[in-house]
Amino acid sequence: MSASTVGDPLVQVAAPARRSATRARWGAVLRTPVGAGAGLLLAAVLLLAVFAPILWSDEANAIDTDSALQGASAQHWAGTDALGRDIFYRVLVATRLSVELALAATLITVVIGLVLGTAPLLLGRRAGRLVTAGVNIAVAFPGLLLALFFAVIFGVGMTGAMLAIGFAGAPVFARLTQTLTAGVAQRDYVAAARIAGLGRFRILLRHVLPNVAEPLVVNATIGAGGALLAFAGLSFLGLGVQSPDYDWGRLLMEGLSGIYLHPEAALAPGVAIVVAGLAFNLFGEAVAKGIGLTTTLGRLPLGRRGHGAADDELPATDPSPEAGSDDAVLDVQDLTVTFPGADGPVRPVRGVTFTIRRGEAVGVVGESGSGKSLTALAVGRLIEEPGRVSAARLEFLGADLLTGSERAHRRLLGTSFAMVFQDPMTSFNPTRRIGRQLAEVAEEHQGMSRSEALARAVDRLRAVRVPAAERRARQYPHEFSGGMRQRAMIGMGLMGSPALIVADEPTTALDVTVQRQVLDLLEAIRREDDVALLLISHDVAVVREVCDRVLVMYAGRIVEDLPTSELGNARHPYTRALLATVPDMSVDLSRPLPVIPGRPVDPAAQPVGCAYAPRCPLASARCIEEDPELATDPTGRRVACWHAGEIAADEPGRAPVTAGEPA
Amino acid sequence: MTTATATRAAWLDDPWVRFGVRRGGRLLVSLWVLITASFLMIHLIPGDPVRAALGPTAPAALVAARRESLGLNDPLWVQYLHYLRGVFTGDLGTSMKSQLPVADVIGQRLPATLELALLSFGVALLLAVPIGATMGVLTRGGRRRGAELTFSSTSVVLGAIPEFLLGVAFVWLFAVQLGWFPVAGRSGPSSYVLPVLALALGPAAALARIMRVEMLTVLQADHVRTARAKRLPAAAVYFRHALPGALTAAITLGGLLLSALVAGTVLVENVFAWPGLGGTIVSSILDKDYPVVQGIVLVYGAGVLVVNLAVDVTLALLDPRSVIRES
Repeated sequence: MSASTVGDPLVQVAAPARRSATRARWGAVLRTPVGAGAGLLLAAVLLLAVFAPILWSDEANAIDTDSALQGASAQHWAGTDALGRDIFYRVLVATRLSVELALAATLITVVIGLVLGTAPLLLGRRAGRLVTAGVNIAVAFPGLLLALFFAVIFGVGMTGAMLAIGFAGAPVFARLTQTLTAGVAQRDYVAAARIAGLGRFRILLRHVLPNVAEPLVVNATIGAGGALLAFAGLSFLGLGVQSPDYDWGRLLMEGLSGIYLHPEAALAPGVAIVVAGLAFNLFGEAVAKGIGLTTTLGRLPLGRRGHGAADDELPATDPSPEAGSDDAVLDVQDLTVTFPGADGPVRPVRGVTFTIRRGEAVGVVGESGSGKSLTALAVGRLIEEPGRVSAARLEFLGADLLTGSERAHRRLLGTSFAMVFQDPMTSFNPTRRIGRQLAEVAEEHQGMSRSEALARAVDRLRAVRVPAAERRARQYPHEFSGGMRQRAMIGMGLMGSPALIVADEPTTALDVTVQRQVLDLLEAIRREDDVALLLISHDVAVVREVCDRVLVMYAGRIVEDLPTSELGNARHPYTRALLATVPDMSVDLSRPLPVIPGRPVDPAAQPVGCAYAPRCPLASARCIEEDPELATDPTGRRVACWHAGEIAADEPGRAPVTAGEPA
Repeated sequence: MTTATATRAAWLDDPWVRFGVRRGGRLLVSLWVLITASFLMIHLIPGDPVRAALGPTAPAALVAARRESLGLNDPLWVQYLHYLRGVFTGDLGTSMKSQLPVADVIGQRLPATLELALLSFGVALLLAVPIGATMGVLTRGGRRRGAELTFSSTSVVLGAIPEFLLGVAFVWLFAVQLGWFPVAGRSGPSSYVLPVLALALGPAAALARIMRVEMLTVLQADHVRTARAKRLPAAAVYFRHALPGALTAAITLGGLLLSALVAGTVLVENVFAWPGLGGTIVSSILDKDYPVVQGIVLVYGAGVLVVNLAVDVTLALLDPRSVIRES
């Protein structure tokens, strides 16, 4: 394969698409209020820079010693300077020089920054690293300090200051270029071009720079604003533009000495500097934000219209089998979670009803996006605004969690309701010691002193089999292994005396061997203290092992509720499909592992009928038109399916086994 | 950190020791680069710096004598060694203009600049952290759009106005128009108000913005959800669990801003005729009094390095993970 066949088609294909996308994005930026305002302001500044000297040079330079050092008047809007020259016109005319010098300095910055920034790519490892180290040291020094340093070398005056500001900005730009190009250089197409034998310089020009051009241009625009302000600063100090030339900084310096008598002379150039600086800055920021915005814009069409009618109807609800029995730890009826969406409210959890009895282990299974984690969070009152939770009943240990303030329930939930989250790495506060994070609970809810609470924490860590608990309590989360962290998280739930542990995918982030330990621990706690467990998992095998009962969720609803022992006789086709995806020892490895065909439903676009119908082998016309209710059978099992118990001929997995025994 | 007896290997494995060695090494390299750059500065100037300083009318004999006394006729490496020795013994040479030792000039001017920089640093932090964090809590999850818009536009504009223009505006408004504070100079406590505010407001606005964004990010974090699951009171969740995380990130980004504040003193001192290093370096550059310029550049540079070091150490204390992270 020759170099050109690898390199050229890529560029040819990518370039027009990129260009039109860029144009569309910049166009979109100009349509936002900030973008349009900044764009107009910038255009005005640039127009003024071009035309002001042509139009008003004579007025600006007209010396009139009789009217020297006057304040603002109808004749001289911003007063006059020591030679009687009109300051307003001088400010207008100075736009040209101020902008020119800023742009020239920016150009120098960009050129040097590009050279230094792409050096690691061009020079190879060793030389590149040296350049990077140098840039890193230079970047630590603020621009103004570098500018002063270079101003000494290049000398006082217009050219010196321009070079000084150009050089001073280079390290930051070089660092940006380095970061951006390093990211692109990792991509596959660059690797392909490299393998194809393209030279480093050609790779840089063809594949790397075009892909980082946009952020570089944006930053150069913002940089031009910075250069303009820096130039004003240097001229203000007397190190920049020298008389008889004048830019805004020079005018400001001349005006400052007379600020008592005619402040306009200092304020007018000051305002000009701020406005021009803001114009460059805001325009750059608006474009930068616009580029970032495109990703969200691309995501919007997901919540498409057309299903709004179905969404606005009341969600189908599960009829409650019976009122909460006396030993119910958790009694949930018609739980719904709502989030505002681009096209009206989205309900990722729709009318979920279940109870958990003391000491019972209930599993919730379903694909990701089925609403199982949100159900867990909603039950724990942890859904934050803008999400909203509603329910016909939400009782924990007989206390109604729907009424009364969170404050009122804090103690009850803090001591009796434990939560274990999926990722133990991120679920602990990285900046606090483990022991303190546990102790906090007892201090807050059990009124223990600091040392008592810490002793309790050590005791609890021991209870969850963390070795050397005392030493471990003084360590930070990053010093724990994953499994140990998850055990500590469970220990945190045991600080009080929990009646319910809600574990949301507690083993998903762990190694298989460690998963076992964590599950055993949960099991042991349950047996010892008769604690109820709500285990959320996408893994049917885990639930089958640990739980007494399984709730199968699909598209925000419970579609089947059955004892774990009856999973082999599942009546909902989705439950059977889930089970079929679990490989066991009898799986024929020469065939592909079974998957559930199709994709889960987008919560923003719930269909009218059964949400599973599009993927269901049993689906009939009724399934598409009408959503089946969750019906309870005499044995207490619940299922929501028009074809409950039927088996499709081509159903994968264990169809032949269950075919003869529909419940 | 370990309870075991501190063997040599364990001592070397201690993350804090390793952090100290790594960070100290970086400081030394940066210092060396700074010293070398300030040494080379005088040699990079096109033409003869002594001739430039004394002017074209100065007799050739005087120029030659001055070159000799400055050691400019020695080989470059000898001059470099002399310079290094001078820096470490506190001998920074003599001003060409006033014939005073540069170290004395700096010693005289440095306190005023330090006061200004430290006060502004403190004010910026005191303003930015509470305001930014509170705004983060108030506007989380898209709440209070109006407040968010007001806050971000105010802080963007305030952050974009350079400190010397803010100074000029303050002088006009509060000193000339209202007469609340003196126009310039360093006298009583009231003379500090305007220069400190002029220096602090810009960085404070930028830092408050960063602080709010970081706070929003941390409030989304899993461990904040854990804190809420522990049913801690809102204040404990926000200020015990969320704030430290937001602070670490804000300090990293704010470090650059605050070292820019060190350089910003130069401009603000010139607005307020503050008797610090800023005025001295500008007049020295204009007078081509290079030994003084060299000395002051060293002091400013060292100040920036110290700020950066302080930022890294603070970070290490706030977030123990950063100790083991390679920078």
